[in-house]
Amino acid sequence: MIREITAETEKRQRAAQRVAFALLAMSTLSAFLALGAILYTMFANGAEAISWQFLTEFPRKLMTEGGIYPALVGSFYLTAGALFLALPFAIASAIWLSEYSRGGLWVRVIRVGVNSLAGVPSIVFGLLGLAFFVKVLGFGVSVVSGALTLALLILPILIRAGEEALQAVPMSFREGALALGATQWHAVRTVVLPSAIPGILTGAILGISRAIGETAPIMFTAAAFYMSRLPETLSDKVMALPYHIFVMATESPNYWKTRDLQFGAALALLGMVLLMNLGAVVWRARVRRRKQW
Amino acid sequence: MVAEATATARVRSLDATRAWLERNLHSTSILDVERFSFYYGKEQALRDVTLGIPLDGVTAIMGPSGCGKSTLLRAFNRMNELYPATRAEGTIRFLGQDLLKADPVAVRRHIGMVFQRPNPFPKSIFDNVAFGPRVHGERGRARLAELVEESLRRAALWDEVKDHLKKSALSLSGGQQQRLCIARALAVRPSVLLMDEPCSALDPKATDRIEATTRELAQELTVVIVTHNLQQAGRISDHVAVLLAGGVLAEFGPTKAVFADPSCDQVADYLCGRFG
Repeated sequence: MIREITAETEKRQRAAQRVAFALLAMSTLSAFLALGAILYTMFANGAEAISWQFLTEFPRKLMTEGGIYPALVGSFYLTAGALFLALPFAIASAIWLSEYSRGGLWVRVIRVGVNSLAGVPSIVFGLLGLAFFVKVLGFGVSVVSGALTLALLILPILIRAGEEALQAVPMSFREGALALGATQWHAVRTVVLPSAIPGILTGAILGISRAIGETAPIMFTAAAFYMSRLPETLSDKVMALPYHIFVMATESPNYWKTRDLQFGAALALLGMVLLMNLGAVVWRARVRRRKQW
Repeated sequence: MVAEATATARVRSLDATRAWLERNLHSTSILDVERFSFYYGKEQALRDVTLGIPLDGVTAIMGPSGCGKSTLLRAFNRMNELYPATRAEGTIRFLGQDLLKADPVAVRRHIGMVFQRPNPFPKSIFDNVAFGPRVHGERGRARLAELVEESLRRAALWDEVKDHLKKSALSLSGGQQQRLCIARALAVRPSVLLMDEPCSALDPKATDRIEATTRELAQELTVVIVTHNLQQAGRISDHVAVLLAGGVLAEFGPTKAVFADPSCDQVADYLCGRFG
């Protein structure tokens, strides 16, 4: 039996809808405002400090003057190293999880493990890196220890991104390849993986922007308070942007003097992360437009 | 034995295979299905199916949705087992050899497949057709180009694409994509071509072309096609198998005879469009 909706019921339902929409919009707005406030503070306080010299000079006078060049370079080394170390393992794991494993308890355990690894606080990775890479393996406080620690940190992010990218490849591609007498490995190598590469790389960029901003994993494993030169070998210490900001803000005897430099360094870091994320978004959009299946 | 028989088939065409079948197996069926049942988990998709797919002509598998016609077709190239928890009983013999005990990768080199929706790879037209031969170790450029042209001609697509073989296969229309998929399957030189409702995603004109191509191909190899389109089965098939709900084979015989005089009421109802 269908009852006619009375004018009054209709009015009430519309009012409820308006309230609900308003609440949802306000929540969204508040998140946006928080981001906006952070960006505003950074730009308002840091923009002045940013200059070509700031980006290309070494710090001077106990870091109360000069630039952030060695920290920028150090952050680049650490992040690139982490990606270089983690990506092959992540792709291999993602392929196994997505293409070969046939479900079951073991796979579920592994997947839960990978996901919990993504939730482990980064300081724990830092301590692990100190205990294992720095001490047990004897790499010392160095680029290689820091890159390895960061690699562990981003591994679960990369694996998950890789698995999602592989899962997004239509089943019909796999069937098409197998029906031609290809082995599963051949199908993965020539059809599935190439189709998933853009998604995997997007995940990689997100992994980079996570790694580049981390302080805790590198403070015991790689980061130097101050270096008068760039690292020359993998077993050298490095300066890194997030740690540099931390040091200027907490360890410097004149931390109020370095306020502008701190904001400038933070803005540079934020700018790098935003640029990379933007790059990932644009790239993904372009690839999506090119490949429609 | 399969290798020997198919090698013969490749070199000497249908006639040679026919002679081989008669001499060695005293049969005219290239695929012999015997008491074949198939399960997805606990659900039974096919029940005790027995039939022989004739070497010559087009054999259509028909039936209402969910009757297991695709499952039967995909049993021939072992595609069902890509999904977990499937189980097969009974036997299927391909040129006398037990298909279910063979290496599925080897089986698929002799029995090609075209899918319901065109599924070209996101590669160039050339690379799509050359995919199969490359899988099987063909590296020579001239030989590949030759195979690609031959396969595209057999699939009646050559004239439309010969000037832009390097273009992405995804730039083709739906009908062209499906003919590309046919060419891709032919490039492996299979003895049997399985087609799983190849026209269901296409418009009438594209459907016409695929049907004409299919008739042509049946001069050179065995074609098994799943369709739920009665007119299509009438137009292109020489034999027809009708499956009914529960995966039971209700009817198998020459298309004209089955359409003119179905042996049981349920098949008659289905063929008159009263259900399905």
